[in-house]
Amino acid sequence: MNGRRLVSLLPWAWLGLFFLVPFLIVLKISLADADLGVPPYTGLFEVIDDTVLRIRLNWANFQYVLTEDLYAAAFLQSLKLASMATLACLLLGYPMAYAIARSSAGARGPLLMLIILPFWTSFLIRVYAWMAILKSEGPINHLLLALGLVDEPLPLLHSEFAVLIGLVYSYLPFMVLPLYATLEKMDLSLLEAAADLGCRPFRAFWAITVPQSWPGVVAGSMLVFIPAVGEFVIPDLLGGPETLMIGRRLWDDFFMGRDWPLAAAVAITLLVLLVLPMALLQHTRAGAER
Amino acid sequence: MRTRGLFLFAALAIGYAFLYGPILSLIVYSFNESRLVTVWSRFSFKWYGELFENEQILSSAWLSLKIAALSATGAVVLGTLAAVMLVRFGRFRGRMLFSAMITAPLVMPDVIIGLALLLLFVSLEQWLNWPEGRGMTTIAIAHVTLGMAYATVVVQSRLSQMDASVEEAALDLGARPWKVFLLITLPIISPALAAGWLLAFTLSLDDLVIASFVSGPGSTTLPMVIFSSVRLGVSPQINALATIVVVLVTIGILIAGGITLRAERQRQADRRRAGE
Repeated sequence: MNGRRLVSLLPWAWLGLFFLVPFLIVLKISLADADLGVPPYTGLFEVIDDTVLRIRLNWANFQYVLTEDLYAAAFLQSLKLASMATLACLLLGYPMAYAIARSSAGARGPLLMLIILPFWTSFLIRVYAWMAILKSEGPINHLLLALGLVDEPLPLLHSEFAVLIGLVYSYLPFMVLPLYATLEKMDLSLLEAAADLGCRPFRAFWAITVPQSWPGVVAGSMLVFIPAVGEFVIPDLLGGPETLMIGRRLWDDFFMGRDWPLAAAVAITLLVLLVLPMALLQHTRAGAER
Repeated sequence: MRTRGLFLFAALAIGYAFLYGPILSLIVYSFNESRLVTVWSRFSFKWYGELFENEQILSSAWLSLKIAALSATGAVVLGTLAAVMLVRFGRFRGRMLFSAMITAPLVMPDVIIGLALLLLFVSLEQWLNWPEGRGMTTIAIAHVTLGMAYATVVVQSRLSQMDASVEEAALDLGARPWKVFLLITLPIISPALAAGWLLAFTLSLDDLVIASFVSGPGSTTLPMVIFSSVRLGVSPQINALATIVVVLVTIGILIAGGITLRAERQRQADRRRAGE
């Protein structure tokens, strides 16, 4: 089968060179020292007296990331906000996916299209839209002031709350779509059978619908949670100085601090943290293929 | 039963209001003459005029469009090959690793992908003197890698639904495998190719983080310009730009939806005729 090999060659080569190798390089540089040269890090290998090859591994970057309070706080805040956003997406997205899956066949297409459409407009612009809405002269504060609920504008923008809204807003479609896919495939005769046997609708929902849609819940939650943990744009534009999510930390270490090895160590730590959720997603995807 | 219907209707209404409210507010305020964006003064096209005189935005938009078209094309070619491997080659060696490498870019945080690719390009330049500096080429390569993952998923789902007996029939009649692929498989999965291309194009056009890592001096993409202006605060020109983007996307989606609907009707009609 030479044809097969020919077809496989290009994707393997591309993913190997531009996906696998880069991570090995990140790992290598995370073990290097920051340096003032171009590029700004030292090599791992040194040849001494033309004969001895010495390998210098510098664990200080990881030590710094794992012990410094600043990083622990950033990791914890990222995990907290990503979990909250995932839960909020689930609470908002499940009823939506359910309603779309149970609507008439003709309405499903357009309703689904309306879920996907914001995804096609710029992510950056959608985050920006919330800046205008949440700022102190924005419509929400206008309304609150006009109703007399508050005396002075609430500092909504540049807060943890704003970051949470931004995350939920940006990632909601990723929750709704896999949920819809499982809910739509569901065998409705099971619910009829349960009703015939005297089961109340609410109980039937918990006993039949929820377990059946479980793969969609897992896939949707991972599709929201994983990118949300490493999000940079949303905490940078909507968050305040105290919302230091880890993606923003990495960006600052790299662009402001110019400490490439440290940024690489942050990236590796984040990756290790996300391996389990990613494996879970891969597992549900493989299950759906079967 | 009635409370359930009401509840579901409310869920949809709230959900869609949440999704579309912010976008609508952007559009409305893009026609506001006041610089304060959220304080309404009067209707005006002023910001659209200024947008089209903004050299920086126009040139970066042109660069972004070029990169997007280039990388989407590469992504669809690679994604189609990868989808053929995943759907038709069964349990080939390294399948687990391969499918993990396809799935990972879909969810992996942008900062990690961007940093990893930048460090690769820096190392390559050290070892091979290629790429010479960073810019359009490196951004396009990064976007191909990202877009490929999405294109694979789209093509894969179409390919696995496709009736393989058509291909088998052609093979039985003596057609060569590559000819079967070009004349039979590709036309059948062409809607998925178009969808995959558009998806990769949009992702490339929208990407800020990866492009910021792998770009060099002199190659500023549109999201980078938007980001640096938005970081300083709300700007009415960006509202005008956002409105144009939303209108273009909506038109594109409506056209694509219309084409799919017509193709679907055609297919149903063909099936009816075949049944008669």
